[in-house]
Parts: sequence; C-alpha cells; structure tokens
Amino acid sequence: MKVGVLVFPGSNCDHDAWYAIHQNLKGHAEFIWHDSHTLGDVDAVVLPGGFSYGDYLRCGAIARFSPVMQAVKNFAADGGLVIGVCNGFQILVEAGLLPGALLRNVGLRFICKEVALRTETADSPFTSKLSKGQVLRIPIAHGEGQYFADQRTLDELEAEDRVAFRYLENPNGSARDIAGILNRERNVLGMMPHPERACDPLMGSTDGLGIFQSMLANIPVLTK
Amino acid sequence: MKMTPELIAQHQLTQGEYDKIVSLLGREPSYTELGVFSVMWSEHCSYKSSRIHLRKLPTTGKYVVQGPGENAGVVGIGGGWVVAFKIESHNHPSYIEPFQGAATGVGGILRDIFTMGARPIAVLDSLRFGRPEGTATSVLNQQILTGVVSGIAHYGNCFGVPTVGGECLFEDCYSGNPLVNVFALGVCKENEVFYAKASGIGNPVIYVGAKTGRDGIHGASMASAEFTEESKQKRPNVQVGDPFLEKLLLEACIEAMKTGAIVAIQDMGAAGLTSSSCEMGSRGGVGIDIDLDLVPQREPGMTAYEMLLSESQERMLLVAEKGREEEVFRVFRKWGLDAVTIGTVTPDGNLRIRHKGKLEAEIPNPALADEAPKYDRPHNVPPFRKAPLDPPAEIPASSDLNADLLRLVGSPDLCSKRWIWEQYDYQVRTNTLAGPGADAAVVRVKETDQSIAMSLDGNGRYCYLDPREGAKLAVAECCRNLATVGAEPMAATNNLNFGNPERPEIMAQLVEAIEGIAEACSHFDAPITGGNVSLYNETLGEGIYPTPVLGIIGLMKTAAPVPIAFRREGASLVLLGGFRRTDAQRFGSGEYAKVILNNLWGLPPALDMDYEKRVHDAMREIVAAGLAESAHDLSDGGLAVTLSEACTGAIGARVTVPGVDRAEFELFGEAPSRILISTSAPEQIAQIMLRHGVDGGVIGVTMNSRLQIANDGGALLIDVAVSDLKQTFETGLPALLKTLHA
Repeated sequence: MKVGVLVFPGSNCDHDAWYAIHQNLKGHAEFIWHDSHTLGDVDAVVLPGGFSYGDYLRCGAIARFSPVMQAVKNFAADGGLVIGVCNGFQILVEAGLLPGALLRNVGLRFICKEVALRTETADSPFTSKLSKGQVLRIPIAHGEGQYFADQRTLDELEAEDRVAFRYLENPNGSARDIAGILNRERNVLGMMPHPERACDPLMGSTDGLGIFQSMLANIPVLTK
Repeated sequence: MKMTPELIAQHQLTQGEYDKIVSLLGREPSYTELGVFSVMWSEHCSYKSSRIHLRKLPTTGKYVVQGPGENAGVVGIGGGWVVAFKIESHNHPSYIEPFQGAATGVGGILRDIFTMGARPIAVLDSLRFGRPEGTATSVLNQQILTGVVSGIAHYGNCFGVPTVGGECLFEDCYSGNPLVNVFALGVCKENEVFYAKASGIGNPVIYVGAKTGRDGIHGASMASAEFTEESKQKRPNVQVGDPFLEKLLLEACIEAMKTGAIVAIQDMGAAGLTSSSCEMGSRGGVGIDIDLDLVPQREPGMTAYEMLLSESQERMLLVAEKGREEEVFRVFRKWGLDAVTIGTVTPDGNLRIRHKGKLEAEIPNPALADEAPKYDRPHNVPPFRKAPLDPPAEIPASSDLNADLLRLVGSPDLCSKRWIWEQYDYQVRTNTLAGPGADAAVVRVKETDQSIAMSLDGNGRYCYLDPREGAKLAVAECCRNLATVGAEPMAATNNLNFGNPERPEIMAQLVEAIEGIAEACSHFDAPITGGNVSLYNETLGEGIYPTPVLGIIGLMKTAAPVPIAFRREGASLVLLGGFRRTDAQRFGSGEYAKVILNNLWGLPPALDMDYEKRVHDAMREIVAAGLAESAHDLSDGGLAVTLSEACTGAIGARVTVPGVDRAEFELFGEAPSRILISTSAPEQIAQIMLRHGVDGGVIGVTMNSRLQIANDGGALLIDVAVSDLKQTFETGLPALLKTLHA
C-alpha cells in the first residue's frame, strides 16, 4: 500500500503528510513532483496543504494546470482515492474534481486553531472507520477556507450525503458549516482542516488518524 | 565624479571616514566605490558603535559549534544534529511600511538560517508598538500593529515555517519607532553546515534567486542630482518580499547543497550583492571578481551603483566547485529559479566589479569588512532616564483590588495575544509541542529525541530605569521560561534596540546593557552566538526605551511540555522561589504602576542571579521527576496576574499570601526567581527545594471556578470568577482593535 504525496512549488504540508502516513500510520508514502505525468504505482493520493504557486491569482488556480493534475484526474476517474487538505482542497475545487469554491475567511484574517468537526457520514472510504456524528478535534490553518457553492449544489451535496465534515463552530463563514466534501463517486475528499496535524499524541490530538486509517483500509483494487 | 563634502555627507560618511577610505585605497574612491563603502561602513553593517563592547559578550560554551561572525550561530543538540538560530530587527522599515517591513524582516532572518544549510523550523517575534488606546497616535499604532502582524503571517505562513511564540508590548516611546525583532531557528546535520567562506581560486561565483531591481537602494542619503537623473524614478526604500520565491529558494538551496558542489554560500541581505561578496571573500582571505552584466536584472538601465546597493529580496550568492556548475544549475532550473555564474574567486583579496567593460570598483575585501571604523563613543555619563528614583510621597491605595486585577489582565501588555498568533500558522511542520501563549515555545526535532525550547524577552521599562539590571532580568526571565518547561539553556542571541549612540547618555545605556547581558549570559551558561544591533531608534530627538531583546534556546527530551493552565481541582499550589517581597521603590517599574497608577519610578526588581539559577535547577529537577502538573513563571503583573493566567483553562484556585500593609505589593510586585506549580506531590517538591537552597512552599490549592486570594489574617483580597478573568484576558486586544475596524 503506497500513498503518493504531491509536491507543487509552494506546498508546505507535504512533509507533514508524509510523516503522518509514514511514521504515525506506519504506511508507505512517496513524494510526486508536480511536473510528473504519471502517479507511478501509488494506491492513493494526497494533495497537501501549503501555498502552491504562492496562491497567486487565486488559491489552487495555477496548480491545477500542473502536469500531474491530469494524472490525478485519470486516477480519480478510475476510482482511485484522492484526498485534498487545505490548499489541496482548493486545488481539487479549481480542477473541477469537487464542486464549489473556497473564499476568503469571513473575518479576512488567516486563522490557525484547533476546531471541532462533526463527522456527517461514515459512508465513504475516508470515514468508514468513523461513526456518523463523531466529533473530531483537528486544526485549521487557512486564510481562504470559506466554502461556497450555489444553493442547488449545496442541496445536492446534502441530498447525496456528500458533506463529510461540518464545523461545530463555523470559523470562516463556510456555507452550511461545511468543512469537507466528497465527490459524487465518493472517492475524492476535500477538507480544509488538517488531519495530518492530528496524528500524533504530542500534537495534542490524534483524531486525524481515523481518516487516514479509513483511506488505507479502503484502497480499491484498480485496473491500471 | 568629483568627491565633494556634500556627496560624502549624503552617504552618511564622516570626513574622517572618507580620509580612511582614501588611505586604504591609496586614491580617491569612484562614485560606485563610495556607495559600497557607505553601506558596508554603515552602523547597520559594521556595528561601528557597538563592536568594541560586543566583544565583552561570552561566546563559547559546551554546545556552541559556531559563535558570532557567521550568518547565524550554531549549537549541537546531540546525535550529530545542530540548530542554527539568530534574531534580527526590521524596525525602521516596519514603521514606514508595516506589512512589507515586517514581511521582509521574516524573509531576511529565514535566509540567514537556511544559508547555513539548516531548514527553518521555528520563528518567534518580539514586537513593540505605541499605545493602542488613549493617545493621539493610537489609531496609527493600531494600524502599524495590524500591518506588522499580517506581514509576519503572510511571509511565515506561505514559506511554511511555524511562528511559535514571541512577545508584544506597548509603550508611548515606540509610537514613532515600533520594534520588530524576528528570531528564527533551523535544523541540520552537523557535518552539513555551510559557511560563508569563499575558497578555491578560480571557483565560480554563482548568483541565485530573484532578479535584481532598484528596490531598497540605500536609505535617506540618495537625493543626489546625479542619482535621480540616472535612475529616473525613485523607489521606496522598503523592499517587497515574495515568500513563495523564498520557499523555492529554500528548497533549491538545500537540494543544491546535497550535490556537494557548493563551497560557500551567503544570502544577500542588507547591501545585497556588495556585502555578500566582500564578506565571503574576506572570511576566506580571497578576492572576488564580479561582472555585473551577468547579474539577472528586473529592469534595464541599472547602474553599477544601483545593482551593488540593491536590496532586492530572495537572492543568494554562492561559490561552487569549478567544473560542477551544471549540478547546481540543474537544481535551480528544477525550482524555476535564476542561477548564473557572475564571477570568480581570485587570489588577490580584492573585490573587483566590472560593468559594461569598465572597472567600476576595486577594493581590498578586508577594507570593507575588517577595516570598517570602530568607535569608542563617549559614555562616561549616567544612562539617560527621566523617571524619579524615589517613589511618590504617597502611592495611592487601591480602592478595589478585584477591579485592578481585571484591568491588568485585560490591559494591552498582559492580555492574551491570541488575536495576533491565531493569524500565524504555528503548527506547520508538525513539531510544535508548545506554541504561542506558553512560557517557552517548544518544537521537537523529529530526527532526534530532543526538542528545542525558545524564549524571547525584553523589558524596556526595566532597562530604562537601569539598563544593566534590566538586561540581566531579561536573560534571567528567558532562562526561567526555559526552566519552566524543563529545558536547559544552550545559547543565546540578542537584539539591541537603542537610540542615538552619538549621545553619551544613550551610549551609556547600550554599554550598561551589553555588560549586563554579558554578566548574566555567563552566569546562566547561555553564550551569545550572534545577534543584531539596531541604533538610532529615535523620532524628533526622543529615543525609545533601551530595549535589549534576548532570545535564548534550551534543550529538553521530547515530551509533552508542562502547560501553564491548572488541570484539575484539588492540586496543591507551590510557589517555587517564595514570595520575594517588593518594596515601594521597585514597585514603580511594574505593570501595576504603569496600568493602574499611570506612573513610572524607582528601580527594576532586584535580581539575585545565584538564587535565580538555583530556582531553575530545582525547576528542571521537578519537571524531570514529573511532579509538575502545570507551571508558569512569575513576571509582568506579579503573582496575581500569573495566577489569573493559570486560571484561564477554567480551573480556579484559593491562595493565601502573607499579610502586609500594602497588599498591592504582594499581589502585583514583579520580583523574579519565582515559578508557580500545581502538583500532587508538594512534599517531594519541598525536598527538591531544600536540596537546592530555594525558598517556597504550598500557597494554596486549585478549585472550581473562582480565583480567591486571601491574606494570612483571612481577609479576602481577590475574589473573581474564572470566567470573568478568561473573558477579560481573551477580549482585551480584540476590543481595542475593534475601534480600528469599526
């Protein structure tokens, strides 16, 4: 089981994701440079947090043109598991793999703090080891984390049970308190909070482990 | 160009300094050379007023690998790993343009760290602003504060280094002179440390990173007719930072260093290309030839003068092994950065600059670096102070101690700085064991089982009243903060923020403070491995309080650090160090006198360094034995404020203090050498205290929901709800800043 951690110019949570998978979950992780046209033999993909391309123009707007993103789209279309955290979520949205957009936080300031999330569905490869309603303490660290989508999309996300996590106390003005969403096929997850920062007791919370454990336990057998 | 007294003065050189240039060169300098000398011999680069005194600082110790003189100090943490760290100021730019001034301050110190081969893993900052309320400049002060904070957040967050701590205090004297001192620390293997020492005749000198532009060309002196004619456009003196580019530069430098093809490397900070080349040459005893036509340029038509003095950010100069250039270029190409050979290392010790086929400058490297002027400025007068030595005839008695406490807890200096530090990513790299708000920040070094504790401290009021004692108190407090989390001091860096050294009473402040730091750093085994001096912090002839800021790092085994807040009801409260009475004269230096009495007098708290050190040793033993459930050192605001901060986790306490005629002295006196501990093992702690010859004992017990402080006669002095304390503590700063955003 091998997890590929994408590295865009400006990614800065890539080492943290690698460490969480490698050290805290005792899994295998490898970095994939953004100009790669393939994902190699990885079984799942993490788009880490950071400031890809300095967040210039718009968060994730440039990274979605990196060559590796075509490989990610193909991988997702084949049913591969893709998780985007923070800037990774922003990139997935820009790439059209997830609906909606991430706007500047309501207070217009960057916010770094631990927040409480409610698990809204256990019916996904990323949340199967969690229970619906389970509260997770996981940090956020973003300036543009306000989830936005039109009413119809929001209704659709809810109707299709695709809201993965909600904030108990909305820190950034996200529509309907949404912190993380799934694609229709449920194999792509985007979330603003950082589960990789909550995988080690020394960091104050290990509530992020369940997400990665679920992912590792649900790696599909893909026909490559 | 003809050298006139006006031109020399515009370059902020004295006639004496100019004469020295002529004698070193054996001729008159060219215009370009004059510019180069003016920057390299500036106070900022040459430390000409402070150098002879900085020599008094202790610089060696059992952990020290590299002391002052390099881009950063380096200390060993065991297992073949080292940390590189330093503090630097960006005071003046942060006043002119708070956001970019602070941002580029962060960028500059980060480059100092990764130019040593060390990946930055922590930033802390020490900030001083004018009062955010109640003065004519309050709104401006708030704007500077919010600008500086977003600048630090912008740069550090994007770069991917956690900002894990620091301090932020307010005084009127910083209104026109905010202080922005940024500390950074990085980690690498001991055998992979890089130094800025050029060597190998014929080796290529390679320029990497951002292109050179006209930004940041030096200071106020650039009004000469010639200059404006040639440059057509005058650019602001504050540079603009690009943290994304810096992040790429970091990754590329670290990757390029691994090729083994790099001999020496130095960042281009103040005076950019000039200082990096002549300092690398000077350290290695070699010369460097540079052809400016090869320098990547942001715009056409730049003169040699402009290119040499540009302070464009995110640039590095390195020396590679001849024939291995391509290995270096390949890495920088991968990261999309410019990397070009612009010169070579030569045997003759000269810095030689060519531009468009013309020799623009030819200066012996040592002339710029080592031969820079050194002044023993007059300081045989008492350090400047206006405050009275004696307390007022009558110190007004408190009419409501509860109200006083709440006012203090919500005051700008003492309230929670959460509004600031929640804008910083303090967790990226997942090493932060104790972040902002803790006594000492603690980051683990993942590659080892060790963690680094860090503390920044400085108290301008103390130093204004007595620079020597104030400086010693800053060192003591840093070391106490480290001890509180169980760490042992390894080394220190300092940022000396002072006024105009040409005024003897200001120079006296500087000398006294340096000598105080020297004495205390020797005493607490925290040698100085580098730092920064920022002088001329004056506006309209009014200087800032002398503000030496100490940054001390300590070593501890990786473990969850002892928190500040009480964790359960029914724990015993031990005051390690004892009550340590404050008298009327010393009460005038504290936060109570400042906030409640709006006054300043007397002397800073009395420090017994031997006793202080015994307290630290005892504390480390208590932490190592796992006896402290929580711990918080006593500092600004004294015992009552310390208790309040420990109550912000929702558990309260009942405490008894000795009955004295002035309860304020007991509650709010700021005597050092004290740490508040909650524990289930007070007897074991008592034994440790006895063994170390330290006073103290049980002063109370933690309890639900209220903070009560009684005297030993049973009279209740303080009785407040913990929820009120927490509310006041947390809303102090946002409430003040609301006026700005309303």
